[in-house]
Amino acid sequence: MSSSLSISSSISQPAASSLVWQRLQRNPVSFAALCVIVLIAAAAISAPIVAPYAPDATDPAASLQPPSWHHALGTDEFGRDQLSRIIFAARVDLLVAFAATFVAVSIGGLLGAVVGYSRGWTDTIAMRIVDALMAFPAFVLAMGITAGLGNSTTNVAIAISITQIPAYLRLTRGEMLRLREMEYADAARTVGNPTWRIVLIHLLPNCLPPLIVQATLSTGFALLTMASLSFIGLGIQPPQSEWGVMTAEGASQIVTGEWWLFLFPGLAIMTSVLAFNLIGDGLRDLLDPRMRGLR
Amino acid sequence: MGFFNYVMRRFALALPTLFGVSVICFTLTYLLPGNPAMVKAGPFATPEHLAEMEHQMGLDRPFPEQYYRYVSGIFKGDLGESASTGRPVSQDFLQRLPATLELNLASLLIAIVIGLPLGVLSAVHRDTLIDHIGRVVGIMGVAMPSFLTGLLFVYVFFYMLNLAPSPLGRLGPGIEPPAHITGLYVIDSLLTGNWTTLRSSLNQLMLPAATLGLSAIAPVARMVRSTMLEILESDYIKAAWAAGLPRRTVIYRDALRNALIPVITISGIVFGFLMAGNAVVESVFSWPGIGNYAVTALLTKDSAPIQSFILFVAVTCVMVNLAVDIAYGLVDPRIRFS
Repeated sequence: MSSSLSISSSISQPAASSLVWQRLQRNPVSFAALCVIVLIAAAAISAPIVAPYAPDATDPAASLQPPSWHHALGTDEFGRDQLSRIIFAARVDLLVAFAATFVAVSIGGLLGAVVGYSRGWTDTIAMRIVDALMAFPAFVLAMGITAGLGNSTTNVAIAISITQIPAYLRLTRGEMLRLREMEYADAARTVGNPTWRIVLIHLLPNCLPPLIVQATLSTGFALLTMASLSFIGLGIQPPQSEWGVMTAEGASQIVTGEWWLFLFPGLAIMTSVLAFNLIGDGLRDLLDPRMRGLR
Repeated sequence: MGFFNYVMRRFALALPTLFGVSVICFTLTYLLPGNPAMVKAGPFATPEHLAEMEHQMGLDRPFPEQYYRYVSGIFKGDLGESASTGRPVSQDFLQRLPATLELNLASLLIAIVIGLPLGVLSAVHRDTLIDHIGRVVGIMGVAMPSFLTGLLFVYVFFYMLNLAPSPLGRLGPGIEPPAHITGLYVIDSLLTGNWTTLRSSLNQLMLPAATLGLSAIAPVARMVRSTMLEILESDYIKAAWAAGLPRRTVIYRDALRNALIPVITISGIVFGFLMAGNAVVESVFSWPGIGNYAVTALLTKDSAPIQSFILFVAVTCVMVNLAVDIAYGLVDPRIRFS
């Protein structure tokens, strides 16, 4: 009896994750997207080793050069190497996108679990606040919050998380309303588990699949929001390398034809956002078969 | 009577949201750096004068009272004063609103004209080349930052091909704006028969509208596709097929006509989408609308225009959604009674 129990518990956990891994491999597009993100993240982490130049090393003799053997993605007006700057910029862009999403998932997920489980007036009030927050287009709200908190990288991350919290809250709450009526929830209550334990240990883990899908999709959106904010001059300030800032800097050279300055950082943003979206799509197909083919 | 009740119920549902929106906007104002009293009193004000000014402006009052003043100010059309232009924000806003409206409407038109057929074709020819193309367009459209699209357009059509004018504002150099009727230059110049201005304003509008419109094609096409798929699976379409009606009739008369109803909803959602996107696109093309106004204000820490922009966008989105709900109830009686 005890042996069969231990077998079943040892099968169920790793099997789920390896199943995800296997299926992800069978979805070549999502798998490729995952590889792209891993590659960008690896380049960002090992930036000082991979980047051919220092991101802020100026070279007046090599100013405004188009892509060449020496500078694969060209140089800017100060002779800084674009490729190196883009690699270093990945650190800021990915870090903010991941951090903002992580904070938003944690806070939104927890709050959603609590209000969904408790229902009643806390739920009503929370949902009214969520409605009001969701009335703002996310980008516009992020603009306002960054302006309110002050112009810094951390504040951009906070602003992006605040705009994303309502979506996670609503999602987890919806799942919670359904899960709390399940038999195993009844069982957990009957055995006398404290409420926090039922919510955190028994029910919340089952809300995770849709949360993970949403988180992957919105990491891309967080990156896009941050790049747009810094493009219009909020958040990350030059001379720090960041993709949105670099695109904005490149925009001023457009009338003299230096296309590589706006194009490559812009493509870096697009590639990363695209990759996150494709991973999210693949995960959704995996974790929520009902959604297959409906997009 | 049923319809009136429906409209009233929708209004009642929008009220708490509007209240929440106003509280959030006010809280942001409360947080915004920069003391409005200091701006008004000038840089050489003594501390006593400053305190006096704060008292006059009610800044020393408790939060709820200040909120009350803020909301009653909004109802009187008082949105505060811009520190950089020195004019009431409401005045600046009215002056810039037509530019934003013109850009957004043109973009909405582009998004629907391209997105609607794309969505229909993708659904009808499901899992064929056109569906895949539609999917790729959709995925790219979502991932592409609108400023990159805009800059690419400027580079290709202005710098390389010289087909578009320089991306600065609503009219070419030396062109007089048309007589003010609606404030939308394209429409006003059409109405007054001012062809030179019409050509110039269309030329200037072309690239920013295409940029903003492209970002909205994806959501339009996706929603039309899924609605169309749902309808093609429905019983009455199956009945139409079974009755032996020709393919064209079934798809374009029976299915498409019903798929058009959700276009109303889509337009509402897309409008909110465009309101969020216009700040970036307007600043790429130096388009003199409210988005650009807010971005400029952000960079100069001019708080009144920023909060007004945020409030305006949110209220517009709530109102558009309300209008969409009402229009929906009007065309689809089932909604009213559900």
